[in-house]
Amino acid sequence: MLEIRSLSKSFGGVKATDNVTLDFADGSLTAVIGPNGAGKSTFFNLITGALTPDAGQILLNGVDLAGRTPPEIVRHGIGRAFQVASIFPSLTVQETMLAAVCADQRKASVLHRRFPLSETRDRAEHAMELLGLASKRNRTAATLSHGDQKLLDIALALVLDPKVLLLDEPTAGMGTEERWRMIDKVRELWEKQKITVVFIEHDMDIVFKIAPAIVVLCYGRILATGTPDAIRRNEAVIEAYLGTEHHAGAAV
Amino acid sequence: MSELQADQGAQALDVPQPHAKTRRNRDVLIALAAFVVLALLPMVFSSKFLLDFVIRCAAYGLFATSLNLLVGYTGLTSFGHGMFFGLGAYGFGLMMQKTGVSVPVAFVATLAITFVTALVIGAICVRLKEIYFAFVTLAFQMLIHSTILSWVSLTGGDQGLRGGIPRPPFWGIDLSNHLHLYVTSCALLVIGLFLMHQIAQSPFGYTLRMIRDNATRASFIGIDVWRAKLTIFVLAALFASTGGVIMALFVSGAYPEFAYWTISGEGIFINMLGGVTTFLGPMVGTVLLLILNDTVTRLTEYHGLVLGIVILFFAIGLRKGLMDFVIEWYAQRRDARGK
Repeated sequence: MLEIRSLSKSFGGVKATDNVTLDFADGSLTAVIGPNGAGKSTFFNLITGALTPDAGQILLNGVDLAGRTPPEIVRHGIGRAFQVASIFPSLTVQETMLAAVCADQRKASVLHRRFPLSETRDRAEHAMELLGLASKRNRTAATLSHGDQKLLDIALALVLDPKVLLLDEPTAGMGTEERWRMIDKVRELWEKQKITVVFIEHDMDIVFKIAPAIVVLCYGRILATGTPDAIRRNEAVIEAYLGTEHHAGAAV
Repeated sequence: MSELQADQGAQALDVPQPHAKTRRNRDVLIALAAFVVLALLPMVFSSKFLLDFVIRCAAYGLFATSLNLLVGYTGLTSFGHGMFFGLGAYGFGLMMQKTGVSVPVAFVATLAITFVTALVIGAICVRLKEIYFAFVTLAFQMLIHSTILSWVSLTGGDQGLRGGIPRPPFWGIDLSNHLHLYVTSCALLVIGLFLMHQIAQSPFGYTLRMIRDNATRASFIGIDVWRAKLTIFVLAALFASTGGVIMALFVSGAYPEFAYWTISGEGIFINMLGGVTTFLGPMVGTVLLLILNDTVTRLTEYHGLVLGIVILFFAIGLRKGLMDFVIEWYAQRRDARGK
């Protein structure tokens, strides 16, 4: 279980994350939504160690991870993918997977053997199969399509067998059709892997359709949490966020 | 075509493990063959000039290839790598002159000194980003150079270590014999290249590539980036230092120029000439630079101008080193044939 307790972070005078307390049950799928600048990415950066919190706790199965470095947090089982696909451009898909498993097995500094290590093979293979990248195994990451790069980014997080997977806008920069394919993939992964998934998403249709639980952030604070139906009816949410979206929708 | 594909040729990684051993055995065979060819060279060509040339190639080649572990494989552009070349030459020379230990002991001790120095300097430098890393390494280079110049009682100041380095025979090897020195240099070169190739192809080598490509992502899959950078910084320093030892043995002395920043500059120059995307690029660059140096200085006193034009040709004309160019050309031709 991932428990966030009174998490806070300020930049200058701006409270990017303001006293956030949240629980993510094991095996849950949660969408984080909110207007631009609501502090969604900061929230992820705090959990994964990219930023150090000013105050608060991040408890994964009771262990406080607040203030630890990204490698430590990853090893405790929190993996992440990035809004802009963060990959290794010159490595092939397969090399990327093999090297990531190698790092997970604490063999990233082995000098006396040859890459790739045989014991990393099955897990790398499994991750490529899961994300549908097996047929592109020998492609250099830089030559993949945008969508495949996003999948590779997710594969990089998933291949480490995380307990919690944080996806920062998995559908960013995609066309409508591709978005749905990606989000189906995310849902499929969640169902198959039985891990806790938290994702940031802007497309409300997607969020209401697939996320059993939703967290709404606004100005760094939690505006509301609940099921899609509860969120849709929540007046504070409509006023701060959904209302404007609806207007925008009507205008189109 | 990426460096990795080029490196592994057509063989895919689909069947990794059986290949790992054969690939290493293949490397051992290539290394042995290279050594035998080099060692037999004096029987065919007895020109002292040629042997001298190969010895210098060994010294600079180890230095330049180790620099490529930083520049090409890890993305750490050091402008102070030459300090370890100088440290190797002075450390070894002083040890032989002042303590009277045997050659192997002095060699190991020199590596130990380099290890400690590189660890301290690296711990400070590898935290810094790109241009800052380049400049702070350069600053350390100048610091070491100034120390050599001003510590006259130990280093002989701007005169360097004079009076020759004693080279007592060991294990039946007499380094004051030119042929023995030649064969020993070749052995050090081949062993050094073999070890560096092993580093480049090890899991750690791929960790370095990940750091070069995207250090942030590497840290988010659990890699301690700082530690990995420090490790390769120290390892590269050891090979550069070995190059310096060969140089000290060759000239039977050590001079402040060995620790001057221009050595680091030449290292970068060699890497640009030969190319950083293949393992042997810097070795090719070394041979090219030394040939250029030897011929151009004989023909004109403006050799700096000529070398400058050559590097401009590679940097602006080809936009890559010679080996990069050859590999790409070969790949294109193979693709064309495939179609």
